[in-house]
Amino acid sequence: MSLLISRRSLIVGAPALLAGCDQVARNSTARAILFKGEDMHRGIQRALMDRDALAREFRPDQRSPIFRSNGTRDPGTPEYETLAAGKFADWRLNVGGLVARPLALALTDLAHLPNRAQITRHDCVEGWSAIAKWQGPTLGSVLKAAGLRDAARYIVFTCADLYGGRPYYESIDLIDAFHPQTILAWALNDRMLPIANGAPCRLRVERQLGYKHAKYLMRVDAVASLAGIGKGRGGYWEDNVDYDWYAGI
Amino acid sequence: MADPPPPGTRLYRHRWPTRLWHWLNAIAIFILIGSGLGISNAHPRLYWGQYGANFDHAWAHLPRFPAWLTIPANYNLALSRRWHLFFALVLVFGLLAFMLASLINRHFQRDLRPRAAELRPRHLGADIAAHLAFRFHDPARPAAYNILQKLTYVAVIGILLPLVILTGLTLSPGMNAAWPWLVELFGGRQSARSLHFIAMAAISAFIVIHLTLVILSGAWNGIRSMLTGWWRVPQ
Repeated sequence: MSLLISRRSLIVGAPALLAGCDQVARNSTARAILFKGEDMHRGIQRALMDRDALAREFRPDQRSPIFRSNGTRDPGTPEYETLAAGKFADWRLNVGGLVARPLALALTDLAHLPNRAQITRHDCVEGWSAIAKWQGPTLGSVLKAAGLRDAARYIVFTCADLYGGRPYYESIDLIDAFHPQTILAWALNDRMLPIANGAPCRLRVERQLGYKHAKYLMRVDAVASLAGIGKGRGGYWEDNVDYDWYAGI
Repeated sequence: MADPPPPGTRLYRHRWPTRLWHWLNAIAIFILIGSGLGISNAHPRLYWGQYGANFDHAWAHLPRFPAWLTIPANYNLALSRRWHLFFALVLVFGLLAFMLASLINRHFQRDLRPRAAELRPRHLGADIAAHLAFRFHDPARPAAYNILQKLTYVAVIGILLPLVILTGLTLSPGMNAAWPWLVELFGGRQSARSLHFIAMAAISAFIVIHLTLVILSGAWNGIRSMLTGWWRVPQ
């Protein structure tokens, strides 16, 4: 008899347990505990890694033959089309929020700031990886030029592409903002950044997953808190489908 | 030498750290496999090397895992990741605690360590023959693990679980910056991702064999001993 019971419980049990997981995830307390995993990973990783620990950089011959695009492939709004038609000569990156000197940077301004070129691996949350060369000014040099105020804790990136009628946005903390490999890339593999990959300028934040690397940058704002921006969770995907804000995992 | 315990004798077979870890780990592994299959559905292709995406050569095209196998039971990459990354911590710290406890209470040295005599081909052959005849216990020492059991547990605890954990760590871009040597040990992130999947498949195979043998060797006696510690010597 015992044999029958355990066999039945094995056969019936596994799918029932799986379904039970979905029940658990609907409970708000259980969900809150589950979502604490992100903070635990961030805490452990930050304890294990030097503040300026670098993502690996590769040789030119180690690059992916084709660097695929993902997410928005063309913002397609009238404003963006106009900018693209003018080869982004009229595009300005507005740097504002909690800064002493708000900036409006043209592509030529970005090229004249201290630039960094790096061949790094882009890791998508879906699981694929691609290696490419990126070039642009370090975000840290831009923020220093603007003069970050003491109250600033996060940097918010607002993009030209719309999701559900609102601009895509992302945010990082100051540790990643001042990381030496965090750049505002305007070149991919030694060519001007293509539209599919975020022209004219995208963020590279090399110790986090791809969805943090906001494309089609329009604004960079220093803020004290993420509350009140979007739904307050620091990014489009974080707000709408529960992606982790800390995407170093 | 003492007389072997007669059938029906109750023996204290599993200490509490072993029992606690067994069930905690069973839950973690179960959730990690289900949520991992959900994550796999986001990009069901495996590659070797540092990079790998749609235009690159994939050595394996995985099936789309059905909803009744994944956590959650619909495609939701974000929630699969939440489950996976939370229980990854349970797996890692649970295994570390179990390893430490088993060294201190000498479970590893006493119960799991294969002895030289057991590894002789003649002994291994005899144990395989005994398994095929559904005889799983040495009448002289019925509570002791047989050599196939020892080798399997050592492989799972000492190789497969560490492999699945370390390859999992290298999928994290943050950990790759913290410990750059680890991802190189596996030949790059996409190789590590492939090995992560292979280790999961091997652990799944172990679970099937383990459950089969639990049933064949007396399901309730085995389950009860892993719950209470007490095991009854079979007929």
